Amino acid sequence: MSASLWYLARGTGVVTLLLFTLTLVLGVTARSRRPFLGLRRFGVASVHRSVSLFALVLLGLHVVTLLADPYAQLHLVNIVLPFTSSYRPLWVGLGALSLDAMLALVITSLLRERIGHAAWRTVHWVAYAAWPAAFLHSLGSGTDSATLWMRVVAATCAVTVIAAVAWRYTFTPAETTTGRPVLEPAR
Amino acid sequence: MSLTVDAPSALDTAPRLLAAPSPDLATHRATFGELPWQGRRRLVSEVEASGLLGRGGAGFPAWRKMAASAAGGEAVVIANAAEGEPASAKDATLLSVSPHLVLDGLQLAAEAVGAKEAHLYVRPGRGEHAARTALAERRGRDRVEVTVTRASGHFLDGEETAVISALEGRVALPRDKRIPAPVSGMRGRPTLLHNVETLAHVALIARGGSAWFRTAGTAEEPGTFLATVSGDVASPGVVEAGYGVPLADLFAAVGGPSADLQAVLIGGYHGAWVPLADADDAARIAVSRAGLAPYGATPGAGVVVALRSGACALAATSKVLTYLAGQSARQCGPCLNGLPALAENFAALAGGRAPRNCAQRVERLSELVERRGACHHPDGTARLARSALRAFEEDVRAHLSGRCAATGLMIVGRP
Amino acid sequence: MSAEKRLHVDWTSCEGAGLCHELLPELMEEDPWGYPMPRRDRTAPGGRDVLVPGSLVGHAQRAVRTCPRLALSLQRV
Repeated sequence: MSASLWYLARGTGVVTLLLFTLTLVLGVTARSRRPFLGLRRFGVASVHRSVSLFALVLLGLHVVTLLADPYAQLHLVNIVLPFTSSYRPLWVGLGALSLDAMLALVITSLLRERIGHAAWRTVHWVAYAAWPAAFLHSLGSGTDSATLWMRVVAATCAVTVIAAVAWRYTFTPAETTTGRPVLEPAR
Repeated sequence: MSLTVDAPSALDTAPRLLAAPSPDLATHRATFGELPWQGRRRLVSEVEASGLLGRGGAGFPAWRKMAASAAGGEAVVIANAAEGEPASAKDATLLSVSPHLVLDGLQLAAEAVGAKEAHLYVRPGRGEHAARTALAERRGRDRVEVTVTRASGHFLDGEETAVISALEGRVALPRDKRIPAPVSGMRGRPTLLHNVETLAHVALIARGGSAWFRTAGTAEEPGTFLATVSGDVASPGVVEAGYGVPLADLFAAVGGPSADLQAVLIGGYHGAWVPLADADDAARIAVSRAGLAPYGATPGAGVVVALRSGACALAATSKVLTYLAGQSARQCGPCLNGLPALAENFAALAGGRAPRNCAQRVERLSELVERRGACHHPDGTARLARSALRAFEEDVRAHLSGRCAATGLMIVGRP
Repeated sequence: MSAEKRLHVDWTSCEGAGLCHELLPELMEEDPWGYPMPRRDRTAPGGRDVLVPGSLVGHAQRAVRTCPRLALSLQRV
């Protein structure tokens, strides 16, 4: 039983990382206001939302299986308060950090109409911290990090995110709106 | 620009707003009497009966905003003397000649809507100086303290939500008007904003009554108004007249035209061109909404700019359109993109290098920018452009063939 | 067609992202700069807002939620 929980924990962890990576790429694409793989702009926004919620579900499973597994020695408090676990506190803590960030992102997004655009946007920048935390967590606390397949997965995710972030920083104000030339705002 | 021009013989209405010989408090009291406090809300029905229309340009019945602001909780009143329109000087003149009338009106409006906070938003200069002097004279007598804030001078500065924004300490640019200011304006409170001339009339109505107010002007547009007459006239200045006054009388009051006129711009930079075939035209045209409606124009905030024959009206319009495009707040996509395109097209037309479909392009751009923005800047700009195309149709045709009908010159397009 | 709601654009927030006219092609189109424009026969009285018939209110609500700048709002006619 314990072995199954352990495999499940590791499996859901890897899938969560993949989904986080996809969420980030979709988020950057949504910001570009461009169509993506045949999806119109509202479709990109919609899929970004769905994938992020799906990632949250997988993350939930990942955490629950670890809590249920006695071998993992993980307690609820370690999830909420980063860096307090007995097993590899730094790497597990980064995971907890990433979880907290993820919760903030999802909750503010679901309540976006209530809190207003400015507040939502400020919190959303945390996404660029949440992903590296999750990535480092998967390398440092996962027991598969020495295997080839895990390294390939990690490398693929890293390259994808770096490319997406680099692309994000090539956006001029013109491209993030309509892709047509506009005057720079005076302010 | 000079101050008032004393030419009562040219106009058949005695001055009202500009009646006091000097701006100090003692003279004000001698000319107009003491400030007659009304008791809350009574003034609103008197203003309604008087038919006073706002003098800031839009011309809505002044009582409506007052009634709406009185209905809510603790209100704020603002006297607007931002006068962002470059061709207007009436607010500055009014403040210089009768600051106490304006300030009386502000106090009466505050009383009527139950406001404990009052502001004067004023373009820096002689108007501001006169207002501050007058406020010092009134210290201790006013029931609501008035805070004076300097306007920043750009064109959109006097827009209602821009003023409110500025007074809140934010950037003086228009805001989205989902909820009107009298319901929720400055810091969410009911806010009554009126042009200073409107408030000065309110102060007169409180003293003389609505029936007296209606003895000048027309039945639909009662009372007097201040016109800033400039351009090709002998001595440009501010004139007080009743609505319905013939255009020729306004010209006479400023020394008459300085040359033969081909057209007049009425209503300011957001107004419209009215062509003048001859001097009789000016005598026939009544300056009122009714009189100007056939020409697609309104009196607006009383700006009248005369243009002589022999000057290129399209070049003059092009300059104004370029200025207006530059004065966009740049918050709203259609305005930010559409106005420069409109100005460029018009500049091409004025410069004789326009494509054949230039006029259609201007029309299309006008349609695209109208009613799509937080304020009426694009609407006013489009209106000016279209009125120029209509009023100077012959010259437009000439320009498209590289010739200016007004100046008689060949205009060479730039290579 | 009975109009049930008015769709209001806060132009100071609108960036022309264009998700709204993708979701409401019956009511809105795109201007040459990518900003939403009511179709000719869909303008509300006053000329500034979009008239939304009862059958499309659900789609309009989705557009309001999806706007990346939260520039849209639905109001009574």
